[in-house]
Amino acid sequence: MSTDTAIGPWRLRWRRFRRHRAGMAALIVLGLMAVFVLAATPISYLTDIDPNATDLLSQFDPPGNGHLLGRDEAGRDVLLRLMVGGQISLLVGLLGTAIAGVFGVFIGVMAGYFGGKVDAVLMRFTDGMIALPLLPLVIVMGAIDLTKLGFSRDFAHSGAVGFWRIVVVLAIVDWTGIARLVRAATLALKERDFVRAARASGAGAFYVMRAHVLPNIATPMIVAFTLTVGRVILLESTLSFLGYGIIPPTPSWGNMLNNAQDMVINAPALAVYPGVLILITVIAVNFLGDGLQHAFDPRSDQG
Amino acid sequence: MAELIGLDAISVQFTLGGGGLFGGKKRLLKAVDNASLTIAEGETLALVGESGSGKSTLGNVVAGLQVPTSGSLRFRGQTLTAATWPQARRAIQMVFQDPWSALDPRMPVSAIIAEPLLIQGTANAAERRDRAAELVEQVGLPRDALNRYPHEFSGGQRQRIAIARALAPRPQLIVADEPLSALDVSIQSQVLNLMRDLQHGHGLSYLFISHDLAVVNHLVDRVAVLYLGRLVEVADRAALFAGPAHPYTRALLDAVPRIGRKRARGRSIAGEMPSPLDPPPGCVFHPRCPKAQAICRSTVPALEPRADAAGHAACHFKDAP
Repeated sequence: MSTDTAIGPWRLRWRRFRRHRAGMAALIVLGLMAVFVLAATPISYLTDIDPNATDLLSQFDPPGNGHLLGRDEAGRDVLLRLMVGGQISLLVGLLGTAIAGVFGVFIGVMAGYFGGKVDAVLMRFTDGMIALPLLPLVIVMGAIDLTKLGFSRDFAHSGAVGFWRIVVVLAIVDWTGIARLVRAATLALKERDFVRAARASGAGAFYVMRAHVLPNIATPMIVAFTLTVGRVILLESTLSFLGYGIIPPTPSWGNMLNNAQDMVINAPALAVYPGVLILITVIAVNFLGDGLQHAFDPRSDQG
Repeated sequence: MAELIGLDAISVQFTLGGGGLFGGKKRLLKAVDNASLTIAEGETLALVGESGSGKSTLGNVVAGLQVPTSGSLRFRGQTLTAATWPQARRAIQMVFQDPWSALDPRMPVSAIIAEPLLIQGTANAAERRDRAAELVEQVGLPRDALNRYPHEFSGGQRQRIAIARALAPRPQLIVADEPLSALDVSIQSQVLNLMRDLQHGHGLSYLFISHDLAVVNHLVDRVAVLYLGRLVEVADRAALFAGPAHPYTRALLDAVPRIGRKRARGRSIAGEMPSPLDPPPGCVFHPRCPKAQAICRSTVPALEPRADAAGHAACHFKDAP
């Protein structure tokens, strides 16, 4: 650190992140997880196994015979379904968090920085969203008939619409907490002298938000985001269970887990696999959050 | 000396309450009332007064952080408007009281120091790095400070970083809002000396806001005394310390503890500053003034020249013994 030329802040952050073992391990685990789920398409192509093809004569086949983890209650290959389901679950978790995060941070920073009427309007809107009960909201969202809105039948019943529907629902549910957290943190920051110094130099609101507010609220934001990723993945399984999530035969870890609970005595492995994958993902995301927190906090250089 | 910045009848009022559904009655707080001042090139003007006298508010007006309710600012003879402010901003920088709050904890020192240049878009990344390295040495910090973060520095070092930041755009005036009061006494003199050296090196003017007259006596050319948002006396340092014309200035000077002198009990100032929400009529100082007469309760004294022409004072009896 004792060089006498300035180093960019992102390089300093990466240096600190590399020193955080759990964070690096989590990054590697999540990288392997990404490779695992993305391998579904090539493997399906090479082995000529369709993850959705049923074979009722091979129900609950044990591992072997070209199916490394055996077959499920409909005779489908469990390993491939875990890979494809992982794509869906991880994407739902990431996209749901990303949309909720962007929206929540935007609303929170605006409300906190501008205050006054902007704050009052935005926060009453947020309170209104918090007051909406989750399950009825989800059911109403799920019941919207897109054909009545002028979309074609094929489009309304396609998998993509089901996927985006759940992403949007999850984002609607989760942005409010982030917005309130960010607003509180912004309020505390904007009266600090370094913000006033920047304003005295002629900085506009958006410069201050980008250069001072966002980096200083990074820690609570990262914590909120990592918790949200885990929660969204779990929530997706709840919604799938109610029939409003990812609808079988398209697999997701959530609906595989819920599917397997009926036969947990006969075939416990079917519940264990997706459960363990969800567990690993949520833990890794949390450790990644720890690492990012460490990277963003200059004080972590000591000790 | 040519005038650098001039304040012309500046008033700042804040509206308290009245907001929202149950905000209650609106009340008007006159933080600064009809203040006129000038600062010449290369001059150091001290703004002194008790807490709540409006000295920080007036400093914020000069630094462009507070829009005055009425009155105008001149910079090099040109009245400042929304269009001419950005230019003047480069020439006016600010140093804050609390060095723990004045530096962004998430920014390395190099970025902090060069920030005004980034905001004003006057230098590219390489130029900013060079300027930061140059300034770090000028304020007496080691060069390896550049890549370190504020939490690694002591209060005095942080104040040096804040001063380096203020110097970055080559300003002509630095508004220093009690820059020493959060520092240890031993560090105060170091920072004070640094500020004086920089002044000589760069031809800087300072608006030095303080409540510590001993510090003021060390650094400044002229002193402006603020009481309840009103300028009560503006005079050359030597004349003011030798013979204050306003009773409030005298009371302030008497309140400075000095070794070997017994404080005269009767001469310490009585009472407390009235609420700026409800200032007394006439001269705002009359409830505490030993010289107060009937005229003080009814007529506001104007800021008029002292008998020795070394400054101005706002007192009906400024030349009475």
